[in-house]
Amino acid sequence: MNNTNNATPFETRGQRTQRLVAASLKRRYRAELRFRTYGIVAVTLGLLFVVVLFSTIISKGIGAFKQAYVTLDVTYSAADIAPDGKLAPADLAQGDYEAVVKAALRNRFSDVTERDEKRKLYGLLSNSADTILRDRVVKNPQLIGTTERVALLASDRVDLVVKGRISQNTPEADRTVSDLEFGWIQALLAEHRLKEQFNTGLFTHGDSREPEQAGILGALVGSMLTLLVTVCLSLPIGVAAAVYLEEFAVRNRYTDFIEVNINNLAAVPSIVFGLLGLAVFIQFFGLPRSAPIVGGLVLTLMTLPTIIIASRAALKAVPPAIRQAAFGMGASPVQMVTHHVLPLAMPGILTGAIIGMARALGESAPLLMIGMVAFIADVPRALSDSATVLPVQIYLWSSSSEQAFVERTSGAIIVLLIFLLLMNALAMILRNRFERRW
Amino acid sequence: MASDTRDVVVDAAKFAVPRATVSAAGDQSAPGAAIDTQTIGQVTVQDPVMTARQVSVHYGAKKAIADVNIDIGRNSVIAFIGPSGCGKSTFLRCLNRMNDTIAAARVSGTITLDGKDIYDRSEDVVQLRARVGMVFQHPNPFPKSIFENIAYGPRIHGLAPTRADLDEIVQTSLRKAGLWDEVKDRLDQPGTGLSGGQQQRLCIARAIAVDPEVILMDEPCSALDPVATARVEDLIDELRQNYAIVIVTHNMQQAARVSQRTAYFHLGNVIEVGSTNQMFTNPRHKLTEDYITGRFG
Ligand SMILES: Nc1ncnc2c1ncn2[C@@H]1O[C@H](COP(=O)(O)OP(=O)(O)OP(=O)(O)O)[C@@H](O)[C@H]1O
Ligand SMILES: [Mg+2]
Repeated sequence: MNNTNNATPFETRGQRTQRLVAASLKRRYRAELRFRTYGIVAVTLGLLFVVVLFSTIISKGIGAFKQAYVTLDVTYSAADIAPDGKLAPADLAQGDYEAVVKAALRNRFSDVTERDEKRKLYGLLSNSADTILRDRVVKNPQLIGTTERVALLASDRVDLVVKGRISQNTPEADRTVSDLEFGWIQALLAEHRLKEQFNTGLFTHGDSREPEQAGILGALVGSMLTLLVTVCLSLPIGVAAAVYLEEFAVRNRYTDFIEVNINNLAAVPSIVFGLLGLAVFIQFFGLPRSAPIVGGLVLTLMTLPTIIIASRAALKAVPPAIRQAAFGMGASPVQMVTHHVLPLAMPGILTGAIIGMARALGESAPLLMIGMVAFIADVPRALSDSATVLPVQIYLWSSSSEQAFVERTSGAIIVLLIFLLLMNALAMILRNRFERRW
Repeated sequence: MASDTRDVVVDAAKFAVPRATVSAAGDQSAPGAAIDTQTIGQVTVQDPVMTARQVSVHYGAKKAIADVNIDIGRNSVIAFIGPSGCGKSTFLRCLNRMNDTIAAARVSGTITLDGKDIYDRSEDVVQLRARVGMVFQHPNPFPKSIFENIAYGPRIHGLAPTRADLDEIVQTSLRKAGLWDEVKDRLDQPGTGLSGGQQQRLCIARAIAVDPEVILMDEPCSALDPVATARVEDLIDELRQNYAIVIVTHNMQQAARVSQRTAYFHLGNVIEVGSTNQMFTNPRHKLTEDYITGRFG
């Protein structure tokens, strides 16, 4: 019926089609171009935000990985260290190493005589200098009576001057470093006795009130312990739940109800899980506050829905033909799952789990609720020790009033971001490596 | 003369409760007329390996097959033919209880294997499936090595106590399936890397690795080209020496080539069963004739 329809004497059927299609084509091309432009703009904006975020954090925080050290000629005078001549380690540890440090400083700046100025001079070094010297002597008593060059941690203010964060151009009253101190610092710099070194302390120390001594090891270990608990609980429980719901459960009103609730649980704000953890694990079960075990339990609650949903999606993606083949060979349902379906779904499950873990690693709100926010200088050694985690450490440092903590905050953020990126990269590698075509 | 089959038009009436049919004989295909659901032809055979009596399957409230009576003979091939959706696959799945895996499916009636009811409570479905193997429409090797594909069944059923036994089973199964020469140098490579025809023969090898008594094949050649199809058909003919084979096919020539008996399914009923020769040359039922000659389906 279309054969003769609408063909005018002026225009053949082919010409007419061409004209109409050409008109619609133009519209289509315009729409496509518009759509592409939106897409490019959106992607560019996104990338821009990422670049800005990363560059500000890196430029702010990269300095935290360096730390100023003052190299001094230290004379281990027996009079200060072992006035009564006893050389047992316990006795050596009792020595007056502060006097040794002070003597070394006075020795370098012999023109400083006034009491007030001397105190300022001693302030150039971090207050950990004497413990460092003590440890050296206790380990090697032969040092007593000798002089050696030791690099000692500079105070945070000296560090800030070396890094150019405090400038002499600002009026003296507005800065924490006086002109006199600037003079000493410049003198030390000129002699190459004041140098920046890689800040190993950042990775080997726990938190501290002194910014130059504060490290993230405590928070890092706390995060690891917490994540360990989370992984050990949420992965098996989540996978078991997903396998049961996907492979064994009969579809009925109850399983539908469970499914809806799991999806709802995934959307619950994380702080609510923190409150739940406080009420259940700490107040009801009496587990210790601020402990990684409780943190891990709370984060397990938070990660479970994510893992269950990801695992179910991975299980669903395994073609039914594999199940039929296994059943056809006489495999029992459990054999079908463990021999065939689960291995095939594993990459997807692990990807979901890692993404869940990455979220848990970056989580702070629920952990605040269970008291993992206290100042804890010791590195935790057990699941029940008081601990904090990286994001909470960042939060703590960021709310500190001392200028030197600003840099540490960004430094800790960089470390956290590196861990998150590593985890995401691992998830991506797993996905690509084990991706199967069936 | 097929002496192992008896003509049992009357016997069929023994199993089937005759239902009132409004149609007179001869105009069963008249529009609107109910179909005579009574099976005609040779339902039973001597010394059957499997028998099905009054088998019905419901999917939820929907009846998929009704009152199917049929015997599966030893060392022979029986072909199930019939239009799409008539319940061939459904009935085939009853024979190794694959319908158990479909939540909505309900099976009634009796099916026996060597005289024992396979739906009996004391029967283990794992054991049944080791004795009644299955090959599916689309080749579905496990995404594992060729060796592992074959070895899986013997392993889970404990048929190969030693590694040497397992090697032996893998080799003989692949030989029987006519695949050995093509894959003997790459047993450790994935089974999914084979061609479609090779994959289907791999699946047949996998099924015979547990040395079943019956092999069920649901349109095993529908995804294969003519050359691969011919190879699988040859294979079926060879396997007949040792196994009872049930094959569902939409290909009339294939049914004629490989089978000794044929059953014609129509809207959930078995209309006619008989020797393939007789069915294709001299069908008794009008519906069978229409289907075979291509006037239906
Ligand atoms: N899993 C199922 N759930 C519900 N109904 C089903 C299911 N499988 C099959 N059916 C229904 O049962 C009837 C018989 O289906 P079956 O697959 O046995 O037909 P068939 O003869 O194998 O068809 P085909 O030749 O197309 O494969 C059909 O009406 C189908 O819709
Ligand atoms: Mg079918």
